[in-house]
Amino acid sequence: MNVAFNIAGGIAVVATLLAITRSNAVHALLYLVVSLLAVALDFLLLGAAFVAALEVIIYAGAIVVLFVFVVMMLNLGPEAEAVEQRWLTPRLWLGPTILAGLLILEIDYLLTHSGLTAFAGSAAAGPHEVGLTLFGPYLIGVELASMLLLAGLVGAYHVGRQVTAAKEGRDGVGSAH
Amino acid sequence: MLHLLWLIPAAPFAGFVVLALAGRRLSPRGVASVGIGSIAVSAVVSLLIGAAFLSAPPAGYAWTQALWTWIDVGRFRPQIAFYLDPLSLVMTVVVTFVSLLIHVYSAEFMAGDEGYGRFFAYMNLFVASMVVLLLADNLLLLYAGWEGVGLCSYLLIGFWYRDPVNGRAARKAFIVTRVGDTAMAVGLFLLFHELGTLQIQPLMQQAAAQWGAGSPYAVAAALLLLGGAVGKSAQLPLQTWLPDAMAGPTPTSALIHAATMVTAGVYLIARTHVLFALAPVAQHTVAVIGLVTLLMAGFSALTQHDIKRVLAYSTISQIGYMFLALGVGAWAAAIFHFMTHAFFKALLFLAAGIVIEALHDEHDMFRMGGLRRELPVAFWAFVIGGSSLAGLPLVTAGFYSKDLIVWSAWSAPGGSPLLWIGAVIGVLLTAMYTFRLIFLVFFGEAHSHVERRPGLRMTVPVLTLIALSVVGGFVDTPPGLGHVTLFTRFVQHALPAVPRAASGAGGLTETSSMLIAAAAFALGLWLAFELFLRRRRSAEALTATTAGRAIHALWASDWGMDWLYDRLFVRPVVWFARVNRRDVVDLPFLGAALLTRGAWAALSRSQTGRVRWYAAAVMTGTILLVAVVLFL
Amino acid sequence: MASVPLTDALLLAGILFVLGMAGLLARRNILLMLVSIEVMLNAAGFAFVAAGARWGQADGQAMFVFILTMAAAEVSVGLAIVLRLYRRYGQLDADLASGMKG
Repeated sequence: MNVAFNIAGGIAVVATLLAITRSNAVHALLYLVVSLLAVALDFLLLGAAFVAALEVIIYAGAIVVLFVFVVMMLNLGPEAEAVEQRWLTPRLWLGPTILAGLLILEIDYLLTHSGLTAFAGSAAAGPHEVGLTLFGPYLIGVELASMLLLAGLVGAYHVGRQVTAAKEGRDGVGSAH
Repeated sequence: MLHLLWLIPAAPFAGFVVLALAGRRLSPRGVASVGIGSIAVSAVVSLLIGAAFLSAPPAGYAWTQALWTWIDVGRFRPQIAFYLDPLSLVMTVVVTFVSLLIHVYSAEFMAGDEGYGRFFAYMNLFVASMVVLLLADNLLLLYAGWEGVGLCSYLLIGFWYRDPVNGRAARKAFIVTRVGDTAMAVGLFLLFHELGTLQIQPLMQQAAAQWGAGSPYAVAAALLLLGGAVGKSAQLPLQTWLPDAMAGPTPTSALIHAATMVTAGVYLIARTHVLFALAPVAQHTVAVIGLVTLLMAGFSALTQHDIKRVLAYSTISQIGYMFLALGVGAWAAAIFHFMTHAFFKALLFLAAGIVIEALHDEHDMFRMGGLRRELPVAFWAFVIGGSSLAGLPLVTAGFYSKDLIVWSAWSAPGGSPLLWIGAVIGVLLTAMYTFRLIFLVFFGEAHSHVERRPGLRMTVPVLTLIALSVVGGFVDTPPGLGHVTLFTRFVQHALPAVPRAASGAGGLTETSSMLIAAAAFALGLWLAFELFLRRRRSAEALTATTAGRAIHALWASDWGMDWLYDRLFVRPVVWFARVNRRDVVDLPFLGAALLTRGAWAALSRSQTGRVRWYAAAVMTGTILLVAVVLFL
Repeated sequence: MASVPLTDALLLAGILFVLGMAGLLARRNILLMLVSIEVMLNAAGFAFVAAGARWGQADGQAMFVFILTMAAAEVSVGLAIVLRLYRRYGQLDADLASGMKG
């Protein structure tokens, strides 16, 4: 089953790579979905069925969809794609590639010299265990997460609302709705 | 009575403080009262002390009054203490008395000037510093007085500060004397370092005991002190400031630049005579400097147009005589000449002030003339004072003192025929320029008319000084003329005595020397009469020739010394200042500011406001941190 | 259930993270920068899950849930800000919002 893990991992990496390099926003998002699905498969293979499901439902199914909604709202058409192509020169990738390379080398060094020989995924932890853990020792985290969601909700509503055009142009701060 | 010694410097100093703080609020009468009153106290006290000293001399003919300890650091404990012996007594009495006369004169001369209070304040401070200098028990206190008189000289030369010429003259005086003062300071360091004390009497004893004759230390110390003396007394090579110092008010010229401050150098050398005796090379240098200066200044005085400048060069020349006397070892003769010179030179300056004021601030002699009927007081003052200066035989004070010097130039231990010849030529020159001045100003046709005549306050001091210029010399006369030796006998308790030889090497007797000097006087008088009274054209014709013009220019510009110093010192410094406009020395300090500014600019540029840039910065930092943790 | 060497799993997480970082640094479009951030968050969560699976416990998954929640909240607020910026500047260029420079 190692092979499946590696294949899924490879798909994830390739899809992510494609996702970050596309000039069309929707293409990038679709590749992201593929990457997320591959990662979900990896979760499954590690015995984490619950989060595999969550990855698909919430990450790929809600967050990415949110992105798609915004893309549709902004109506990014061919002009946007042209602009992106203008921006994405090969020279642009030089710095990020160097930094990325350094970091991955460090991580690799860390992992190979850590003396870590364990294996993951031999035992499965199903939804039942996850639920007990969440509402057991991590209860306070759950409550905080819910407050965070509330804050995000209110914040997104407030920041993102439509204001009267005149006031917006003058100072960028909205007036009473 | 002697314990009132401290009053002599204290009274003028108190006068200075009062006038400095409240001078503007006092009426001119109040200012004059304070200014003159403080000096009067000083003069009266010094006369009383003089009388007490003469009638009941203290043991060893020396008396010290210590007031308090000034500095107390390790071995170094100079005190504020005053030392009274015949040398300092004579000089103090002369200085305070002449100062009093000049202050009375100034009350009228400076009347109406807006700086009236300021003038008297400075003059009082000057007298206080001068007395401190004379009475100082140790060289440090003397140096303090030295600097004080230098400061007052600067303040008074540039008294009418609104004219930049006066400011330049004041600065020139200060800077040139500064060169001398620095040499003197180095000399003081040397003395203290080697001998462990700056108190004058113990210092002399220590030097005699520790250093043999001809010791390099003694020579060095003596030459350095000579440097200081040369600056203050306007001798070669630092004499260039005195002619320009005539930009100050005439009473200042009379007091500071004729009678008192410029003799401080003479006093210094006389005080430290032991050092000079230990260093014959230095002492001989003193004589040579004196001789050369007296001749140079004499020639320069012949060509001046400004009446005060003639007197200034004359002062330089007469102090050259005093240096000559010190240099050949005739200590008493130098001090005797100081005394008589103070009387007649102050007289000449005050009389010049009368003339200048009368002609409404006219200084050029060639524009004066025929004043002997209009200004009789000034006329007789010039005639008697000038005769005293030139050394009219028998009836003037100057004759006796100058004759003593001329004779000592031949007969004293350090004397030589060359020095004597130079001194005699000096007599000729002195007579010539003095009577040139008198003939130009008081005879001939009048070119300007008299506007102001002197009042009582200006006349009485002049009359007093006329009297002193005549009788002041009778305290010491040659063996052939009454052989009065009051003065030398009195002073010899402080300075080593030089017996007055009747005849010196080479067969010259004192009498013949006197006669030759008198002949030089007569020759000078006759030449002045011919060239400047009888046949003025001939003088002008002489100077109109090419050689005459060149020589005239050379002498008139003080033998080109100003030009020389300008080329040698002033221009390089100015050039360097211009090159260093940005000030290399400032760079380290500016550099710190520039560095900070540069760093700020660089850091400011790193705040681009762009998210990607900040994200990149965060990532780079993270990578570095991880690397540090992993590998270090 | 596979038996995967933990180092492999963590390395995979690292690669995904690094890719997300490269994308964040390179792209100028705000929307795609947010996408890259999501990639990074996902990779971090992956590391947690893998670590939890090594011990066969649910703690790693619990952490992943929290990360997921946080990502959701952050995305919603972030997209709201993107909308605001778009309305102000008419473009999605991140470099336009550089008023804090200097």
